[in-house]
Order: sequence, then structure tokens, then C-alpha cells
Amino acid sequence: MQAGKNNALQTGGNGPSLTREQFTQAYHDMLLIRRFEEKAGQLYGMGLIGGFCHLYIGQEAVVIGIQMALKEGDKLITSYRDHGQMLAAGMTARGVMAELTGRSTGYSHGKGGSMHMFSREKNFYGGHGIVGAQVALGIGLAFANKYRETDEVSIAYFGDGAANQGQVYESFNLAALHKLPCIFVIENNLYGMGTSVERASASHELWRNGEPWGIPGKRVDGMDIAAVHDAALEAVAHCRAGKGPYLLEMMTYRYRGHSMSDPAKYRKREEVDTIRKTRDPIDHVRTILLDAGVTEESLRTIEADVKAVVNDSAEFAQTSPEPDPAELYTDVLLEA
Amino acid sequence: MATDILMPALSPTMTEGTLARWLKKEGDTISSGDVLAEIETDKATMEVEAVEEGILGRILVTEGQQNVAVNTPIAVLISEGETLSEERTQPTAARTPTAPNATDVTPVAPPKATVLAVSEPEKEWGETAEITVREALNQAMAAELRRDPDVFLLGEEVAQYQGAYKISQGLLAEFGEKRVIDMPITEHGFTGMAVGAALTGLKPIVEFMTMNFSMQAIDHIINSAAKTLYMSGGQMGCPIVFRGPNGAAARVGAQHSQCYGSWYAHVPGLKVIAPWSAADAKGLLRAAIRDPNPVIFLENEILYGRKFACPTDEEFVLPIGKAKIERAGSDVTIVAFSIMVGTALEAAEILAEQGIQAEVINLRTLRPLDTATVVESVKKTSRLVTVEEGWPFAGIGAEVAMQVIEHAFDWLDAPPARVTGVDVPMPFAANLEKLALPQASHIVDAVLGQV
Repeated sequence: MQAGKNNALQTGGNGPSLTREQFTQAYHDMLLIRRFEEKAGQLYGMGLIGGFCHLYIGQEAVVIGIQMALKEGDKLITSYRDHGQMLAAGMTARGVMAELTGRSTGYSHGKGGSMHMFSREKNFYGGHGIVGAQVALGIGLAFANKYRETDEVSIAYFGDGAANQGQVYESFNLAALHKLPCIFVIENNLYGMGTSVERASASHELWRNGEPWGIPGKRVDGMDIAAVHDAALEAVAHCRAGKGPYLLEMMTYRYRGHSMSDPAKYRKREEVDTIRKTRDPIDHVRTILLDAGVTEESLRTIEADVKAVVNDSAEFAQTSPEPDPAELYTDVLLEA
Repeated sequence: MATDILMPALSPTMTEGTLARWLKKEGDTISSGDVLAEIETDKATMEVEAVEEGILGRILVTEGQQNVAVNTPIAVLISEGETLSEERTQPTAARTPTAPNATDVTPVAPPKATVLAVSEPEKEWGETAEITVREALNQAMAAELRRDPDVFLLGEEVAQYQGAYKISQGLLAEFGEKRVIDMPITEHGFTGMAVGAALTGLKPIVEFMTMNFSMQAIDHIINSAAKTLYMSGGQMGCPIVFRGPNGAAARVGAQHSQCYGSWYAHVPGLKVIAPWSAADAKGLLRAAIRDPNPVIFLENEILYGRKFACPTDEEFVLPIGKAKIERAGSDVTIVAFSIMVGTALEAAEILAEQGIQAEVINLRTLRPLDTATVVESVKKTSRLVTVEEGWPFAGIGAEVAMQVIEHAFDWLDAPPARVTGVDVPMPFAANLEKLALPQASHIVDAVLGQV
């Protein structure tokens, strides 16, 4: 399962399922994540973001492709590599960046940080720092959908590194047993921190990990937004029809280290460069759009818009005040 | 417009590094994501990636330079057609970081609201009936399941089996399998599921067959349930109850005989309740289910079958965070919770025969602790003895004693004394088990050591 062989993987559908308008939107949304994360990396380098900071660069097609298959009310939960999910969910670049810098205008008023942001309004349930915990919580979101008798689905994102946590299998069992509308999305970026999947998992086909519980699974080229979208549509339809959970293994790649302080010595620079040059999910969409007759100029307009939003978020984050010291004591308990 | 490329910090602790190698040269066209240079610290070698597009106009810090401070401009990026003025040849000093400086933080006092507030007298609920603690817990859950359709019960053997200790007897029949749900023996998974459901606003009651098994799920109780409200800046509350028998039963050995009072009471974001009587159990469990926060509800297996007078009023509920003086006295304050309240009352009877009037306080809630009631009592008696089944180190007794020392030091006539479980895993042999747990005689001895 080498990164370079990603293009040999089976894909979700029979060719692009997206319209030109959808590709254009996807280009914008993916680029927003890319530029936002590059800016976050820059602010981290300047000491403006402290602590942990896990960038999503390279994996953009996964969240955007899935998000395009969802509807209002569907719930999302993920790990600490969460900036991309939040932007995909429609949370503002300003609010996320301000949280990264620990300011009062951030989504958690500066009390959560990079790994802990939430939005009740956008049905984004975090940002969780304990590897695998979001999977059990995620089936709880699906349980709530079923309890309330809605047709909403829940997406529980986790990495290949979390795939062998015990509670993930407990969650598979519970979700299958109770037919919970939960889509498990394994973002397989080939490395759990510095350990490759081959060195961490006896199962090399993570999409089959739900088989003992009868959970249908599919491996998808996570660098190809159309394939992601096709697979997501199928999984969502399965869940909305009350057939229980679904498992998607998205083959993807992170260009940056596990976190900002990761020198990434466990892989060769050439590996990263090869993926970047040949498999980049954003370049892929750009090429599709140009081939479809979209002009360079209109793409440049999108790029300029994205850059403006990201720069504005960085400015907002740096000029926002820190939380009031009295915030230290608030939000521990709700008034009964 | 020319943009400075700064020496980046690769970890929060990095202050300087060596510029090991430039991978681009002046005049090169740069795209976002290109690796510009490699830098080294004492820990690692890392790559500096471009975050802007442009042309590498000038390199300010040459290869091999050591001790380059974070935020020092190391190169200048220019746009196509732009020229750079000659004076930009030397690196200027590191820019003053605009990051907030955590050393000049003004401390703020914690909110004082309830620390020593004098509590109102408990409401009179009128007529009572003798019921067991088991019946009280069952009635409390049934009443709240009827009252609020968002409340549901899940756990091992809670539905068809009617509860491992028959606390959920009859609930499946009345509320159906949607709301009374059997779980497989997977505490970590189903607790996470329940917490996830609670984050959406549902109100799960999680029954642990015993609280010992909650250790399988403690990550979700603390990291997912207790901390999310804070981490979300107040957006996401978690209205959930975790309940089950806690502490020693009888002859069940070390792994099934532990008190979790001090464990859970340590955690901000949780409320922790430990009822003794049937009235405590019923009134406080109803309050716990209605509470918008995660609540740990520590029951006791030996008490399940014990009968107590309990108000029959349909609306009966008790306030969380309010202790109860079970027996008034003037000579010593004995503070206990759960089954140890009975043992403390037994000791008080023995002491009364010797002319010593003990005041026995039933804490009922461990967090938030009713410090006011304890402190007021000690101001009257000048002596404190705490009693708990759990281990002594960093136990509830240690906290109660420290609160008294902080708030009523001058009233004390003797050092506070703790009566606790012995500091060993629970033994199995009947004689050893008895020796490991607090007995009324131990409490009597502790009091006599003070007067």
C-alpha cells in the first residue's frame, strides 16, 4: 500500500458525478482549506499559534467530497486534525483562525485551541484529542438521529492510526447491532504519526474492518473528489434508508508532518514530492476545470478570493483580544 | 509587494536554529508549498515551506549560519517585475513576536458565589412511606422517564434481565426497548455512544453494573463528558447520568470493591452524588437526571435492600450540593457519605452512651461539596472526624479536613481525624475484609482520641 500506488485503487463511481458548477465550488472549498492551513503553518512558525497544530494539507478532497453529499442536519465529528472539517462544515475562517491563536473571538473563546472546536449551528461536534474517542461519540450522534426518528446521518472521521483502537471495534458492533446511521470514514494517509500502516496494522485493507459485523465497506481514491463524492452518496443513501452503518476507507496523503513539530524522517522527501506532483487533489480539479473550458482568469479570481478570506482571518486572529481573564472560570458547569 | 520570509519556530519551545541549507536560489520562482530551506535545531532537521507565491528576491541569511533567532527575516519574496532596494542585504533583528505574552497575566479571583453560602432549610415534603433504596432508584428513573421523552436508560442487563441488581425492574415493560436499552459488555464503546447522544441534547442514564467497570469508560466520562462544555466555550453541554453500585459489596474481592468518590470528585465539570437513604436516592437521582451537566451517581449494593422513610409526594426532589445533618450534636462533627452514614450513626449511639454528643453529617453530594454545612457544624463542635470506605490518600476525608482547616482553623480544638478503608486492595477472606473497612468502633476510637 505505497502512496504512489494510490492511482491503482478502485474508485467509488463510474466517472465524474459532479457538474462543472460543483467542481468549481469544490475547487474553491478545497483551496480555502489548503491556503488556510498554509497560513496556519506560517502563524505557527511565527509563534502566534502554540501547542499542537495538525495540518490537513493534501487531504482536502476527502472532506469536501463528503460534505457535498450531505444535507442540513447531518452531524460531523473528527479527531484533532480538524481544521479542514470545520471549514468544510461552513464554520468561518475567522472563527477557526482566532481559536488557533487563542483569542476570545475563536469558536471556543480561546479555551479549546486547534484540537477542540465545536459548532452547534453547523452540527460539528469536535475536534477530539484522544485517538479513537470520536468514533464512539460519533455513533452516539447517529444514535440521536435514530432516537429522534430523523433521516439524518452522522460522519465519524478517523485516521488509519485510530483504526485499531479497541473502542472503534466496540463502535462497529454497536452501530451494526442497532443499525445506526453512521458513516465511518477512515482517512488513511498512510502514517499514524510516524508509523506506517504496514507497521501498525495486521489488516492492510481497513475498508474490510467492519466485515465481521456486516458493515459494508469501500476503499476510495481520496485524492479524487469525484470518487469521494460518488462513494459518499452511496454510503449516505445506505444510512438514510435505515440499513445501518457504512465504512469508507479514503486513501489520502498528508504533505506535512503529523503535527508542526514532526520532522517527518519516516518517509522520503521524494515520496511527498511524487504525490504532490502527480496526485494533488486540487491540481486534479483545476485540470478538470481547465479541460472543461473554464478560463485561467476565472480560476485566478477564485484563488484571489480565497487568499483574501485567509488573509482576513489571519488579520482578525492577530488583532482579536485574548479571552477576558474571568473566562478562566466560566463554562465549567451549566446552571441547573 | 516584497514579503519577508521569517525563521520559523517548529515547536513552541524553539527559540533559535541553524539555517542548514537553501534549496532555492535568488531569482527562483516560488509556489506555495515549495521547500525553500532546511533548518536544524538540537532536536530535528525540518523543512521551511513557502506559504506565498513569488520570486525569491534575496537571501538574507546564508547557509550554515547558526543561532538564527525565530522570526528573523531570512529571505525576501518579491512579485514578478519588482526590484528590491539595495539596503535589504542584511537580516534585521528578529521581529518582536506579536503573540500574547503569558507572563504578564493579571490573576483573577475565582467566583465566590457558593463557597460558603448559608443554605436554605430543606423543604418539608410531608407524608412518607418505608421503601428500599432499590425501589427509590427505580421510582426516580420511572418518574423522569415519564416526565421527559429525551431521557433513556442504557447498560448491561438493564432491559430484559430487569437489571443485574433489579434497579430497572419493570422499566422495559413501561417504556419499551427504544428507551430501556440492553448493551453488550463494551463499556468504553457504549459510554462514548451515550456521551455523543448527550452532546446533541438527549439525556442518557448510563448504568454500570458496578462503578468498577466505569474505569473501562473513564476516558469518555472525563475527556468527553466533563471537559466538552469548557472546550467548546459553553456551546456543548452534556446532560448525562452515570450510575451504579460503588465501593465494597461483600466478599467480592479487590477488583469489585473500590470507592470512586475521590476519583470523580477530583474532576471539574462533573457533579458527584453519593446517596445513603431511600430519600437521598430518589430525590437526588431525579435531580441528577434533570441536571444539564454530567453527574456521577454512586450507589451502594448493600444499601439496595435497606428500607428508609421516603416522601411520597409525586414532585419530591432534592437539591444537589446540599448535605444533611442526620443527627444533631455539640461535641464532635462526624462527616460521612453513602453506607458510612449508617456506620457513623451507629458510632454516635455508642458515643451518646458515654455522654458524647456527635453531630453526623451526610454529605449526599461530594462535588460540589457542601462546605458551609460542615464548617458551621465544626464551629459548633470544634472537632472533626471524617469517614469513608475509600482509601485514605487524597481521599474525600482529606478534602473535607482541608476545607475545615481553611475555613474554621481557629475553631478546631484537635487535629481532624480520618477513618478510612485500609490502604490495601480489598482482601477476600471474611476476617480480612472486615478489618479493611471502617467499623463503628473505629469511629468511636477516633472521636475518643479527640475529646
